Amino acid sequence: MIYGALLASNSFADRFYQNFIEDNRWLMLLNGLKVTVIVTLEALLIGIIIGFIVAIIRSYHDKTGKFTILNAVCKVYLTVIRGTPSMIQILIMYLVVFGSSSLNSIIIGGIAFGINSGAYVAEIVRSGIMSIPEGQTEAGRSLGLSYAQTMRLIIMPQAFKNVLPALVNEMIVLIKETAIIGYIGEQDLTKAAMVIQSRTFDALLPLLAAAVIYLALICLLTFFMNKLERRLRNNER
Amino acid sequence: MSVKGETLIQVENLEKAFGKTKVLKGITTEIHKGEVVVIIGPSGSGKSTFLRSLNLLEKPTGGKIFFEGTDITDPKVNIDNHRQKIGMVFQHFNLFPHKTILENITLAPVALGKLSSSEADAKAKELLNRVGLLDKANTYPEQLSGGQKQRIAIVRALAMDPDVLLFDEPTSALDPEMVGEVLDLMKELAKDGMTMVVVTHEMGFAREVGTRVMFIDEGIIKEENSPKQFFDEPKDSRLQDFLRKVL
Repeated sequence: MIYGALLASNSFADRFYQNFIEDNRWLMLLNGLKVTVIVTLEALLIGIIIGFIVAIIRSYHDKTGKFTILNAVCKVYLTVIRGTPSMIQILIMYLVVFGSSSLNSIIIGGIAFGINSGAYVAEIVRSGIMSIPEGQTEAGRSLGLSYAQTMRLIIMPQAFKNVLPALVNEMIVLIKETAIIGYIGEQDLTKAAMVIQSRTFDALLPLLAAAVIYLALICLLTFFMNKLERRLRNNER
Repeated sequence: MSVKGETLIQVENLEKAFGKTKVLKGITTEIHKGEVVVIIGPSGSGKSTFLRSLNLLEKPTGGKIFFEGTDITDPKVNIDNHRQKIGMVFQHFNLFPHKTILENITLAPVALGKLSSSEADAKAKELLNRVGLLDKANTYPEQLSGGQKQRIAIVRALAMDPDVLLFDEPTSALDPEMVGEVLDLMKELAKDGMTMVVVTHEMGFAREVGTRVMFIDEGIIKEENSPKQFFDEPKDSRLQDFLRKVL
């Protein structure tokens, strides 16, 4: 450990060796990446489920005036979640809601981020539903399709296509937001970089490595989402 | 008034208000099997609202509508079942842009379990062939002209085997040179005995194809008659005035 400090000003090769090779420190980054990816996927799944449900309840209420109580619940949810820092939300989830449970903090974190993301997804999806002309609903209903069938077969596929860029944006934000999971004791990519730094007293390389990995992850996501978007668009020409 | 067959739709004292604005102020009429009822009137007269009330796209605020004997304004009635029998064609076509022409036509019959997907395909192709658009089966609506879109919209409605077709200004959004192809198709349907209720500004169509013409103004039916009497001997002064302007 002391050597680390002494060697901190050494050549790049030495610094690289200490930060990543020595004691297999690269494995910390890899395991951190795994945590980041798992928490993100968990949160994504929860967020999309919550988001779509809330969006459908809200637009159904806007159209028919029914579901008054559910709609009010959704509105409170949106206000509270979007109006408070996700940092506070995750701490409350970890220390208060699941304070006495032995649940893994990866799961607690995923739930907290999912509930947070759901609020943003809900408004994105709702804007997508509202972007589809009323005539589409009328055409579906006039053929005898139920509200649910019209939503599923006609409105949602078109709305999804329209909001895909905004949803990708939300996914990107979510990936990066999971960096605060370190505060509830989970060693994600960011935390792993900090731990390496605390051992080698070198801040630049581990943080740079973490940043590059985040960037690569997000570029990968963007690449596949652009592909999906193009495929969906092609359908109309 | 030519009464050809049994009563399909019976409208009793229909009223519709948007907030404080009364658009329909008590409309009573009957639509019989095989009739082609053409509704004309100035814009804002309530004619489209009346048409849209017939399949409850607009919820009436008063009165009753009986479709094949069932009061469809009764909240306990599942309107979806009746809408399957009431086709509708819109001014702006409202084709589904994310579906191919074939899928546009087969979507409802398949989703509603009326036809298997192969039966629906066969039927859609037969209908497309009839309107001369079979070669468009696998294209998307965006690639079609307005007239083609509207003919597809009519085919989409026909695929459900409706007992009546409602047309809401079907040619108003079309370029003039495309109006003919849509009217021709509607004429053909009328000749085949399809019951139709048509809101339009096409006076030629009303006179030639209509079995009854209805003048709606200020939320009520001001006059209804056979096309000949309607156009040649209008009695209502508003109608006389209207016809002077449009003919």
